[in-house]
Amino acid sequence: MNPDNDAGQGRSGVSRRGFLGAGAVAAAAAAPLMATVADASTAAEGEGLVTVRVTVNGDRHAMRVDPRGTLLDTLREKLELTGTKKGCDRGQCGACTVHVDGRRVLSCLTLAATTNGREVTTIEGLADGEQLHPMQQAFIDHDGFQCGFCTPGQIMSAVAMVDEGPARTDDEIRERMSGNICRCSAYPFIVDAVRDGQEAMR
Amino acid sequence: MRAYTFTQARSVREAHSRAGAHTAFLAGGTTLVDLMKLDVMAPAHVVDINGLPLRGVTLDRRGLHVGALERMSDVAANPTVRRHYPVIARALELSASAQLRNMASIGGNLLQRTRCGYFRDVATACNKREPGSGCSALTGWNRGHAILGTSDDCAATHPSDLAVALVVLGTDVHLASARGTRTVPLDGFYTLPGTTPHVENVLRPGELITGITVPRSAWAAHSTYLKIRDRQSYEFALASAAVALEMRGDTITKARIAVGGMGTRPWRLPAVERALTGHRATEATYEAAVRHAASGSKTLEHNAFKPALLRRTLVRALTALEEQR
Ligand code: FES
Ligand code: FES
Repeated sequence: MNPDNDAGQGRSGVSRRGFLGAGAVAAAAAAPLMATVADASTAAEGEGLVTVRVTVNGDRHAMRVDPRGTLLDTLREKLELTGTKKGCDRGQCGACTVHVDGRRVLSCLTLAATTNGREVTTIEGLADGEQLHPMQQAFIDHDGFQCGFCTPGQIMSAVAMVDEGPARTDDEIRERMSGNICRCSAYPFIVDAVRDGQEAMR
Repeated sequence: MRAYTFTQARSVREAHSRAGAHTAFLAGGTTLVDLMKLDVMAPAHVVDINGLPLRGVTLDRRGLHVGALERMSDVAANPTVRRHYPVIARALELSASAQLRNMASIGGNLLQRTRCGYFRDVATACNKREPGSGCSALTGWNRGHAILGTSDDCAATHPSDLAVALVVLGTDVHLASARGTRTVPLDGFYTLPGTTPHVENVLRPGELITGITVPRSAWAAHSTYLKIRDRQSYEFALASAAVALEMRGDTITKARIAVGGMGTRPWRLPAVERALTGHRATEATYEAAVRHAASGSKTLEHNAFKPALLRRTLVRALTALEEQR
């Protein structure tokens, strides 16, 4: 991996469809771009990169990121924390759920440039050494997954859900966890795991 | 995603000074980042306004004041909102997912763009995205599209649940631009598509929503929001209704009704409100009042079920509200 290749940029390459569709807009946008880069308060010298100081799982990082880079791509490609998954990349599945300043958010719709000074927790930051977080243990105990792709997002979401206030019924768990889609449809076991994980977290 | 410059503003004035042509303000990012990835929006400059002091949820004699940058989840959980304006809390809780509600701002919610699949797909024609290119929905797949307020150029629905609730409550929107501040009623904030579907509201270039004020009213506390959708959660409305009633005993003395998923903007139904007023709150009253709720609507090939769905949604919402009493 090239550390200077900023997150988000690789994927955003011009697609044929996008190029044909928005060519005129891009041309119009390109002209003022260079002129204003210099006076951008948070943009660093040169190519419009933005300096971000962010704490991830307790470790402090100072990075220069492309303003287009999402937190998701930055975590995965720059910090090599690949536990956070990219499902839809459109805010429609919850696989990329992380905590920013203790709140569950979608890292695919969070620009890394907006995380300056914030604290991010990913699935890698939940365990205490070899001791799994109670919610992680509950997902294992209940077999709360099949392929496992949605699981980091499910667990991050569930931990935050309990922090927001315990769910009283299974229906409430389903509603409050509805932002995490499971393509394998392991929902019954996920609900079991969240219920028990919540109990263990108290 | 197209390249853009990124700056962070610390004050409303600074945000205005950075707002030139092709500038987008970034709050929660749940609409803007999504649409920039799809190439539907391609600003040359993105100004992060999250550092602006547009916060706070307060209640005073004039009503409820909510800063534009308050997050949906925080407003939904606010005890004052839940007690005095249950329809707002309900509409917010039924929107999106917990993660998105933690991110999305109140101002951004009111400005979110339509979910029309053609608007989101740059390979297709869409007058809203590319004025003059045509509307693919009118002859295409239009099951979710609007039946009220449509034109020959656009039938996209407005997707916000919150806006439907706020319109019922007579909410004012506060705006600020380099030229000064102004306040407009939310009901007049949204424009009809007509021949210019790309214009969705009265915001001027560089103008920001700074907050909203929801007046105090007797009916606000007796209000609810009902949302009908293809799956039970984490989905946009196929039909929704915000209803608020002022009662004297069993008699409705004032009614406020608006619907979502039906119109090209949040849609008030004054005729239904009139038909409810002065009558006893019974199912027979509701059935009679909603009979002409969809009058003036225009259905498309796949959404001909919507007028009936609209009437049934209204009756169910009114019944649910009465059961809450
Ligand atoms: S990858 Fe973020 S919601 Fe699907
Ligand atoms: S376990 Fe496969 S997507 Fe959830």
